[in-house]
Amino acid sequence: MRTIIFRFTAPYLTALMVLFSIFVLLRGHNDPGGGFIGGLIAASAFAIYGIACGVAAVRRALYFHPMAISAAGLLFAVVAGLLSIPAGTGFMTGLWIFPHVFGTELALSTPMLFDIGVYLVVVGGISSIALALEERESD
Amino acid sequence: MAAPSETAHLKAEAMIHGALAPSDYLVVAPVAVCFLFGAVLLMVRKRVDWHPWLAIPGFALLLAVDVMLLLKVVADGPQTMMMGAWKPPFGIAFTVDMLGALFVATAGFVALAAAIHATLSMSLVERRYGFFPFMFLMMGGVSGAFLTGDIFNLYVWFEVLLIGSFGLLILGSEHEQLDGATKYCFLNLVATTLFLITTGYLYGLFGTLNMADIAQKAGRLEDDGAMLTIAVLYLVAFGMKAAAFPLNYWLPASYHTPRFVVSALFAGLLTKVGVYALIRVLLMLFPPQHAELATLIAWVAALTMLVGAFGALAQSDLRRLLNYFVIAGIGTILAGLALAGDGGAAEPSIIATAASAATAAPADAAAAPLLPGSGPLVVGLSGAVFYALHSIVVMTALYLAGGTASRVAGSSSLVVMGGLWRARPGLAALMLVFLFAVSGLPPFSGFWPKVILVRGAFGAGLPWLGAVILVTGFLMTIASARVFALAFWRNAPEPAAAGPGAGNAPARFDPKGEASPVAAMLPLVLLAAFVVAAGVFPQWLASLTDEAARGVVDPAAYLGSVFGGGGS
Repeated sequence: MRTIIFRFTAPYLTALMVLFSIFVLLRGHNDPGGGFIGGLIAASAFAIYGIACGVAAVRRALYFHPMAISAAGLLFAVVAGLLSIPAGTGFMTGLWIFPHVFGTELALSTPMLFDIGVYLVVVGGISSIALALEERESD
Repeated sequence: MAAPSETAHLKAEAMIHGALAPSDYLVVAPVAVCFLFGAVLLMVRKRVDWHPWLAIPGFALLLAVDVMLLLKVVADGPQTMMMGAWKPPFGIAFTVDMLGALFVATAGFVALAAAIHATLSMSLVERRYGFFPFMFLMMGGVSGAFLTGDIFNLYVWFEVLLIGSFGLLILGSEHEQLDGATKYCFLNLVATTLFLITTGYLYGLFGTLNMADIAQKAGRLEDDGAMLTIAVLYLVAFGMKAAAFPLNYWLPASYHTPRFVVSALFAGLLTKVGVYALIRVLLMLFPPQHAELATLIAWVAALTMLVGAFGALAQSDLRRLLNYFVIAGIGTILAGLALAGDGGAAEPSIIATAASAATAAPADAAAAPLLPGSGPLVVGLSGAVFYALHSIVVMTALYLAGGTASRVAGSSSLVVMGGLWRARPGLAALMLVFLFAVSGLPPFSGFWPKVILVRGAFGAGLPWLGAVILVTGFLMTIASARVFALAFWRNAPEPAAAGPGAGNAPARFDPKGEASPVAAMLPLVLLAAFVVAAGVFPQWLASLTDEAARGVVDPAAYLGSVFGGGGS
């Protein structure tokens, strides 16, 4: 699969797909999308990069081990639940804040934090499987 | 689309308002603690030297919140927390009553003991592979299953604990383990799928998944066979999870392949989750259907007990023998669930006989608090819960002790083992305690629940079931005596046999625990303390299990916690 065309386009494709996955993740609260589907898009982006340029390049680019990324996502999800303790509401209640940053109102919430957690769990889990399979193939 | 103000109004109506006290979060704390520590451990997976220092405090914290939750339930009755503050029955409820609190506290206790044992017996490679993260994941699933008040959520927790257990099962990636794991995975997935399909039927019939709501509606609904169908399907699904007789074949095929610590956790906890789900669904949600199925359950229980006992007699490998002990224990627990049979007719007679027996034999103080005003259902259930808690602790302890013994002897085959009485007298004494307890001999924890169950069986008009319990106890005593005589009492058979000719790869029993035998014994001493305490002073535990049984048979407090106290 290491044709020059594929190797040349893969990094651009990967960058675009990761960007798109973040877009899908963030629009997911009210529209189709969300952490799971966003995570799948990002994971397939890393898989494409791995097919084109080798697994070692992906691992270098990710910096963290995919399982650690997954674990961080799990941690985010738990923290999204725990934030309801200081608020005194039921576990996992959606809590919102609307800070103004540079004149724009941002809607930040615990569901979003949870969704980011899901995104990271899916990215980490699927990429670790994909990378392991690609590694086996290249042996 | 509704106008924004209308949406806000509807949302305000659908949600619970009012602040919660920090202690209310104890209901979800066991699950949150498990996932928090599991995630952190996974992030530092490569720093294997940190793992014990994170995992042991993690499990200690888990046990602490479990015990605090139990104390809170003892003091204030069932507790409910609605996820996301959505009102029942629409939000997912976490409802913990005495039954759930007792199970979750016992699970936390054995998890701590197993974790201490694992720090010594797990090699660095296995830690790097992720033993502790998987264990936290599995404990999160187990705790969630005991705490949830939503039947679909129960399914989700079953999946979570299965994923954790798959990881633990193949730790080491040996051929034999993958073979066992395939059987285990396949059959558990069949059972889980059946559970899911049945839950679909249930939702079609009731239009709700909240257990308290189902219990309320089931009483009002006219039974046209659909509810009996659902009850039978749940019985099959959970019976498979619990390794009840016709569906028990997966357990001996897979439980002997992983590490001893993993087997200990599986044997102690996973089958009991199935039993717990069976109690929760059959006895709380479908009591009339349970009464119809009681005869079937009695037969299943008797056959499970006998299969377990005879299987244990036939084995010559310590771990395979313990597998059959697990099955026999499950049968004994199921016997307690079968005592509804002649409910109405037998009710006065059991109270009369039991009361006269209690006055005639004041030594039976343990059974006395159970008796006033309790039918055979409550007596049987209380005995079953008592036996299940005892079984969680004792089976975990037996596997851990067996693991230590196998490491010392260099093999888990009873043909090769020997001379452990001289080599490790402390271990031998503890093993003797656990073997007595698992056989149901006094003065240890297995005796009193069997007394309650046998008496309950005779009182409920099922004397043959009581006889089977006694025969099983006798057979298990013989099997236990074989273990003790062969592995501990006799002299080591052949010095050569324990060496290279042992037949087991030496790496599997690498003598790591020898470095600090005191620390290896600590979890066993902890578990033995429970076994002795529950055997010598059974009243406190019996009164708790009795309350748990009452709470299931008459779930008014459970319903009140979901719709009354927790709902505002």
